[in-house]
Amino acid sequence: MVKAILGKKLGMTQVALENGDIVPVTVLKAGPCVVIQRKTAVKDGYEAVQLGLVEVPGPRRVTQAMTGHFKKADANPVRFLREVRLAEDAGEVKVGDKILADQFAVNERVDVIGISKGHGFAGFHKRHHFGGGSGAHGSMFHRAPGSIGASAFPSRVLPGMRGSGHMGAGRVTVRNLRVIQVRTDDNAILVEGSVPGAKGGYLIVRKAEAPKK
Amino acid sequence: MTVLEKVEQEQLKKDRPGIAPGDTVRVHVKIKEGDKERIQVFEGTVIAQRRAQNHSSFTVRKVSFGTGVERIFPLHSPSIDKIELVRSSKVRRAKLYYLRGRKGKAARLREAQTSHSS
Repeated sequence: MVKAILGKKLGMTQVALENGDIVPVTVLKAGPCVVIQRKTAVKDGYEAVQLGLVEVPGPRRVTQAMTGHFKKADANPVRFLREVRLAEDAGEVKVGDKILADQFAVNERVDVIGISKGHGFAGFHKRHHFGGGSGAHGSMFHRAPGSIGASAFPSRVLPGMRGSGHMGAGRVTVRNLRVIQVRTDDNAILVEGSVPGAKGGYLIVRKAEAPKK
Repeated sequence: MTVLEKVEQEQLKKDRPGIAPGDTVRVHVKIKEGDKERIQVFEGTVIAQRRAQNHSSFTVRKVSFGTGVERIFPLHSPSIDKIELVRSSKVRRAKLYYLRGRKGKAARLREAQTSHSS
């Protein structure tokens, strides 16, 4: 068992549990995936599988090099490929194996990895939750960062000083999300809470690496 | 239908009566006490309604011992056992928030001539 799957964020809604609690959930398309490549300790120095999310790429999207890569695995081209490490007790996994959503169970904990929404060049209010100044009462200090260091000594800004800059559009892992529902027929799973990125963003869902006790 | 819509549709309870603002309803709520479950009835006037698939809700107002009490119920919540329609009123607003400022005779509503479909 690989214990990981590639997916896509479909959107959020809410679900009522049997005890009457209403929980916010994210609906994820999870799989079907195929194993495109198998990396082994002997050949590559570590055990991993390369998964492909079964989804047809646009025309002329597949380069010659990738065509050969898919041909080697005897698989149709896919749009989204990611490598996942294999646990030692993972057992036999071969190229061409199908990975489906049913490997996850309800109430299991998973980590979800995705690319967060890009916020462009963001000010420090948004990026680091600075307070900023008062808008009124004659205040002449509105959205400035304030002091960023001392004067003649050290005569420079210390490394790591928080300021404005590019925010988002980076790889984010959200750990220990609870699986609320597994829908094998729809190739979908529902996890509690939010996951990184916009709707339609590609994700890696894996068994939680550091589950809470 | 997308998977997201499917998830939302599945949660809709088909047995909910069509209620509207101005209706007097009896809401049977399941209440858990330890491992026992009992039903409590909340009777009052529907003063607002939110239509939004699986997270539709409605607000019921009643006056209890001289104090106004309002409760917002999720329409499709499993903790709602059933909703009884007691009486329908003729109202000209979608949200009856003006009832909050009134009491006694002033807070009455005129009964509808023909009750709407339930």
